[in-house]
Amino acid sequence: MRTRSHEPIVWSLFGAGGVFAALLGTMLVLIIGILVPMGLGFGPEAMHYDSLRGLFGHPLPALGLAVVISLFLFHGAHRIYHTLHDLGIPASKKMMLACYGSAAAGSGVALLLAGMLVVF
Amino acid sequence: MSQTRTIMIECLRYDPEQDQAPHYRTYEVPFTDEMSVLEGLQYIKDHLDGSLTFRWSCRMAICGSCGCMVNHQPILSCQSFLRDYYPARIRVEPLEHFPIVKDLVIDQSDFLGKLESVTPYLVPAQPLTPEDGPNLQTPRQIEDYLGYAQCINCLLCYAACPQYGLNHEFTGPAALALLARYNADSRDAGQKTRMAVVNAEEGVWGCTLVGLCSEVCPKHVDPARAINRNKINSTQDYFLRFLMPFGRGS
Repeated sequence: MRTRSHEPIVWSLFGAGGVFAALLGTMLVLIIGILVPMGLGFGPEAMHYDSLRGLFGHPLPALGLAVVISLFLFHGAHRIYHTLHDLGIPASKKMMLACYGSAAAGSGVALLLAGMLVVF
Repeated sequence: MSQTRTIMIECLRYDPEQDQAPHYRTYEVPFTDEMSVLEGLQYIKDHLDGSLTFRWSCRMAICGSCGCMVNHQPILSCQSFLRDYYPARIRVEPLEHFPIVKDLVIDQSDFLGKLESVTPYLVPAQPLTPEDGPNLQTPRQIEDYLGYAQCINCLLCYAACPQYGLNHEFTGPAALALLARYNADSRDAGQKTRMAVVNAEEGVWGCTLVGLCSEVCPKHVDPARAINRNKINSTQDYFLRFLMPFGRGS
């Protein structure tokens, strides 16, 4: 009798993280890493602490930020887990716990910090 | 008639009844431009060493019998030409990840069992009789599965797949591509019976999308695409069974 895999749970987080990494990640690198420092299209105030602090003080952007960070982490964890398997390091419960556990812990911290941004 | 040159073919030899371990033997093979690797092997068998054992049949990439590793790459030996390797010597070995029966002949039993497990035939919704007439399809409906239907079971994808190499429980590229082929056929109603294979750890979830299966496929079947599209179906099936516990799931 074949047993159903529970991988769809982490695979959907991996997939969502991949989409965000491809769409949002490249855009963020372009804006934060290239456009803002070069003064192209954005004023110097765009990355100021006050303006960013103001934006992420609202619940929705704060939650969005935490979710994106969490999905990035799960994407990375899933890739590392399977790459180690590809490299011949057998997939084990411990390795699974280390990979997805750190992504879950990181997500918890991101949510906590997002909550603090909104409350304080 | 093109000029005759000589190439060195290094062949893996192994007779489990005689040999302790596989070993290599090198043959000097005269060849012309139009000679394939398979014809090189046939030259060895006919003129140099009649005991060399290998499978072949159609000589035109249709039967899928002559797959082997040439310089560590899985290829159909009828489709690869000696002139493309010359002046280097070539090393010919049986397909990786399979037990050797003798020399270049591998034991396909594991694959055949997996092929059977995916119900690789049309399962009609209702039993049909000749009186029901032909089961018609539009060109669009044929297009949905025709790519996957090109598989010739040559097993190059299994020799290329690192996941199958690491874990022989994995159902593997060709069988999962054929599973997708029958699921995509408008005349088929067997999706539900195949879902248990898809959903299993050794089903689509054994694949990590290395993608080498699709690169080595001589018929451009693209098993990697078939498998990863079924990951979406398996994910839907996984979560939807909680929403529709009585109508779905397996």
